[in-house]
Amino acid sequence: MEAVGTFLAMGGYAAFVWPSYGVAAVILLGLLLASRRRLRQEARALEALESSAALRRRPARREASGTRRPA
Amino acid sequence: MSGLPRAALAATSSAMHRFANPTVALRLADRLMPWSAFLCAGLFMVGLYYALIASPIDYQQRDTVRIMYVHVPAAWMALGVYAMMATASAVGLVWRHPLADLSAKAAAPIGAGFTLICLVTGALWGQPTWGTWWVWDARLTSVLILFFLYLGYMALWQAYDDPGRAARAAAILALVGVVNLPVIKFSVDWWNTLHQPASVFTLQGPKIDPSMLKPLMLMAGAYLAFFVTVLIYRLKAEILARRASVLRRARAES
Amino acid sequence: MTRKRRRLYVLIAALASLGVASALVLVAFQDNLVFFYSPSDLQTKSLPADQRIRIGGLVEAESVMREGLTTRFRVTDTAHSIAVSYTGLLPDLFREGQGVVANGKLGPGGVFIADEILAKHDENYMPPEVADAIKRTGQWKPEGSR
Repeated sequence: MEAVGTFLAMGGYAAFVWPSYGVAAVILLGLLLASRRRLRQEARALEALESSAALRRRPARREASGTRRPA
Repeated sequence: MSGLPRAALAATSSAMHRFANPTVALRLADRLMPWSAFLCAGLFMVGLYYALIASPIDYQQRDTVRIMYVHVPAAWMALGVYAMMATASAVGLVWRHPLADLSAKAAAPIGAGFTLICLVTGALWGQPTWGTWWVWDARLTSVLILFFLYLGYMALWQAYDDPGRAARAAAILALVGVVNLPVIKFSVDWWNTLHQPASVFTLQGPKIDPSMLKPLMLMAGAYLAFFVTVLIYRLKAEILARRASVLRRARAES
Repeated sequence: MTRKRRRLYVLIAALASLGVASALVLVAFQDNLVFFYSPSDLQTKSLPADQRIRIGGLVEAESVMREGLTTRFRVTDTAHSIAVSYTGLLPDLFREGQGVVANGKLGPGGVFIADEILAKHDENYMPPEVADAIKRTGQWKPEGSR
């Protein structure tokens, strides 16, 4: 337990060392999560555009976007 | 032109032509991603263990030296990412490679993030060692300028409706800002600064004990793998966004 | 020549001119970019008497004297040295033989009255045991100053 205390104290410099690692973690994690979220949004937006474009190309199949009928 | 340089030029040229096709680029990115993500996680785990636990204190800076392991790799990435952005911008301007501008655009926020980490951890390291959070010496000032260059670059992309003009304006800013890179690197040699000279990349070799060089290089590797991973996410998003805007414009015109 | 090649040459020319222009600007502004003056600089350059400046160098060995909250010491760059007086808390890294930057004004009797003291450290990093071992061999090189 004492070893944990010593570790956290960082020789008296805890107030500088831990916020440094904290800031790096927050910025890097923030970048990662924001980038993944943006990719998901763009993928969904593109999918919506492509499927509606497909619908517009085949007006006869407007009501059954999922089912297929033999030609 | 003799044999070897001509062959290298031909290989680079054909690679660039192949990856000019976004679909090919996306497929490569999808294959690369799991590796870079896995490397990133692994290097962070080992790097943090060595940085925080399995490395000694410094003879004068004591435990504050551990801040070096998050500060210095961030500085290296801040410079390296900008160099990559400037190169991609030049390629975009000269060869009109379609993915060049997009990869620079994707890289910019990551580089800005690394620069911010460098500035903040630098302040947290400066206060207990130098006795101040900030000084306007040549090193710190030029890195702050780098941060503003990143922000300006990102802002230029938003400033234009036409993506072609935005790309060109941003590319020009990226290239103009390149002069800042040697200023940053050599600031500690050319002028009297509070920031000390280089410890790793010196003509006499590293001036860091191996027990400290190890966590430093591990964290540098982790940061690099992080950059590749997040760049892939962002570049994919840019490619998809461009496809969507092309579709929207086609629909509007039809 | 092709349009692509022309773009490439324009780019190279533009970057080259930008590089030259920046170099000229930086050389012209040398004095303004100085973060601190060394004790030798103070001898050779004539600076207005009441100007707030920074001086930097090494804390001269065996020159530190503490009188209550005030510390007196000498800053040297091995060629010249200057007396400094500072009232306040010193940074952790302040000690004899260490790099230092003092912010303040040149006072009466050639004593530099500092209101801010910053410690400057060099680029060497090593564990305490390694530092002790080097000191024992007598190979210890003191911090270099500019």
